[in-house]
Amino acid sequence: MNITVKYFGQIVDVTNKNQETIEIIDGQISDVLQLLNNKYELLKNKDFQIAQNQELVSLETKLTGAEIALLPPFSGG
Amino acid sequence: MKDKKIKNVFREGAISSEFIGNSIYKHQTKTSIGAHNIFLGQVRADEIDGKTVTAIDYTAYEDMANQKFHDIRESAFEKFDLTCMHIYHSLGTVKTGEICLFVFVSSPRRKVVFEALEYIVEAIKADVPVFGKEIFEDETHQWKKNT
Repeated sequence: MNITVKYFGQIVDVTNKNQETIEIIDGQISDVLQLLNNKYELLKNKDFQIAQNQELVSLETKLTGAEIALLPPFSGG
Repeated sequence: MKDKKIKNVFREGAISSEFIGNSIYKHQTKTSIGAHNIFLGQVRADEIDGKTVTAIDYTAYEDMANQKFHDIRESAFEKFDLTCMHIYHSLGTVKTGEICLFVFVSSPRRKVVFEALEYIVEAIKADVPVFGKEIFEDETHQWKKNT
């Protein structure tokens, strides 16, 4: 399936883009993370949470095909 | 479930004192209110390794952030006897000394607004995907962390 992945804050410093579409077979969040870690070596040094369909998820959460976002520590206000 | 009435909390740039004053003025017709409480987040000129912050550039995962603001609003109305509540957060560049967050709660009674405001501001800091990039005088940057 094709999944849109969005990047925010300091994650953009590593990916140099705000979003992209990745192609992946069915799996879980950890499979996407592995793919991105291979693509962006410096991602391993970054602290972030992952959202799927705008909800924070764990590495074991099954992929639904909905949008995924890599969210570094929040610093609003 | 996504509610249809989700508001857009974000405003481009700093929140002006005119906007804040006007918000207060608009509540003069709501005469069941006995107490307002307001939180204003201001961009601080932190000094880090000899360099001074001159502005914060805010970005957000806007759809998720507006959903989170909505959830915080719903939960605050459930917990506290509020008459009304408004939240505005800046996007883009906000210079030091300018306002980046405006939270405004109103209730018939004062004790409620003290508790409610703290609850709301802490929830915003913890749960809403907004990201602040601190810009220094020499145009270098570092990513802000909430403490």
